[in-house]
Amino acid sequence: MASLFDINVFGLFGQLLIGLINGSFYALLSLGLAIIFGLLKIINFAQGALYMLGAFMAWMVLQYFGINYWAALFIVPLAVGLIGVIMERFLLRRISNEDHLYSLLLTFGIALILQGVFTHIFGSSGLSYKIPAELKGGFKLPFMYLPTYRAWIIVVSLLVCGLTWYMIEKTKLGAYLRAGTENPKLMQAFGINVPLIVTLTFGFGVGLAGLGGVLAAPIYSVSPYMGADLLIVVFAIVVIGGMGSIGGAILTGLAMGILEGLTKYFYPEASTTIIFVVMVIVLLLKPSGLFGKEA
Amino acid sequence: MFKISKSTLILVALGLIAPYFLYPVFVMKVLCFGLFAMAFNLLLGYVGLLSFGHAAFLGTGGYVTGYLVMETGLSPELGILCGTIAAGLLGALYGKLAVKREGIYFAMVTLALAQLAFFFYLQAPFTGGENGMQGIPRGELFGFIDLSDSLNMYYTVLVIFLFGFWLINRTIHSPFGQILKAIRENEPRAVSLGYNVNDYKWVAFIISASLAGLAGSTKTLVFQLASLSDAHWHMSGEVVLMTLLGGMGTLLGPLVGAASVVTIQNYLSGGELGNYIHIIMGLIFVVCVLAFRSGIVGEFQKFMRKNFS
Repeated sequence: MASLFDINVFGLFGQLLIGLINGSFYALLSLGLAIIFGLLKIINFAQGALYMLGAFMAWMVLQYFGINYWAALFIVPLAVGLIGVIMERFLLRRISNEDHLYSLLLTFGIALILQGVFTHIFGSSGLSYKIPAELKGGFKLPFMYLPTYRAWIIVVSLLVCGLTWYMIEKTKLGAYLRAGTENPKLMQAFGINVPLIVTLTFGFGVGLAGLGGVLAAPIYSVSPYMGADLLIVVFAIVVIGGMGSIGGAILTGLAMGILEGLTKYFYPEASTTIIFVVMVIVLLLKPSGLFGKEA
Repeated sequence: MFKISKSTLILVALGLIAPYFLYPVFVMKVLCFGLFAMAFNLLLGYVGLLSFGHAAFLGTGGYVTGYLVMETGLSPELGILCGTIAAGLLGALYGKLAVKREGIYFAMVTLALAQLAFFFYLQAPFTGGENGMQGIPRGELFGFIDLSDSLNMYYTVLVIFLFGFWLINRTIHSPFGQILKAIRENEPRAVSLGYNVNDYKWVAFIISASLAGLAGSTKTLVFQLASLSDAHWHMSGEVVLMTLLGGMGTLLGPLVGAASVVTIQNYLSGGELGNYIHIIMGLIFVVCVLAFRSGIVGEFQKFMRKNFS
């Protein structure tokens, strides 16, 4: 009886850990989406593809230039962010006055191109990226075994999400950003370069996806479609949380990851669909989302 | 009530002679996707709702028809009818939820709901998982028209397509369709005029989903295959592309777009360029959005108005 209970506890905490890790990625991606949505009022359909790009870049810089994980952790998000800046400046800005649905379609097209290019070069089977030596091994906790790298993912993503939240809610730069969300014309009248802020915001939001990609490379197989399926789940999360608040995006992401982990333990058949079901329930009870403002 | 325009006559005439000039299976594929895209365009072009989950209805029509025809020996006409109704019911359910949100949220909600359907079909025991349902018999229409004959099948598909075309045309030009357009142009105003906007959107969604299901059911009989790829989000993206390329908000645009996309796919999948198919689709998306927003038919109409009127 006791041993059965032990196994259950192990299994439960194992699934909770996996859920927490998935939640970390959900939080990073939905945070990026929420930041971009705040200023540009668009949803970046390429967010998943850029996450994939981040993972591939980490793999490529190691393979071709011998740049290790630690350097990639800084270089790759910057590079992906730069690609985002170029995307915004040269493509999205040209149609910023059109219906926002066009921007959505444009980013969808970009996602198809990115996924197509990487499928063409690397195939769809997936590559593996080694966990850096410093983060190998794990801790023996009384109730479970915690691999160091998995703990690292949770710590980094919580740290980045927390810092981003602080920056937006508590600093002057963040105040500009929030003011730009409320009334960009007035901001511009005060002499603040709104187009520049928009471009940098897009770059930052996309950079978060790139960071997610680097973090994911060692534990998931690096493949062209790794981001696409993830993104659809993140969309459901964004609908559940509503994009009214930065903190809401982070919290919903983590909570949904944990819920998914719990479902995998108690009723595995529903684990792929539970988040969509939650979305349906939220739509029925509070259509604007848990943290959303009434539209 | 039954006004037949010149372009409709040309369309019917082209449809009648097409199988003598082109490979019938190819034309049937174009007609099925054309119907699918026209159904989708009813929402995007005439109500301004971008659904990113229409693959769910195409897939549902296909699976339900395939299952009934293959496992219960139902006749093809009843199989198609049941597939269409099933897609319509799913549309009623999804539509009810999706119309609660607008714009970008609407797109995300439909995409997520469609993914729910996708996972259901992936795991359900009767769909054959990733292999899909294969070897679905075409059967005999009304008990005496043998559909395994490719011309019989072709003209059946043509009749179904023309029915869908007529229904959409009729919807757009009805008072109901005018209200849909009013919602597209100025939703707050439609609300202030006392219209229950969400109900109108919902009914349009159901019509659109049913016709998408009809396209899926028909496609299943043509190819004798119901596959998971029909329910995948890629398919939802493809129908957006067809509509955008052909011209959203025009009656014939989606058909032209579907014909173009199917032609490109057929051409590419034969040659060495097969790997590039997604890249090219993505490029068409980007070019259409940046420089070609009215699509082929839209640009053609603009050109005609400018030079010949």
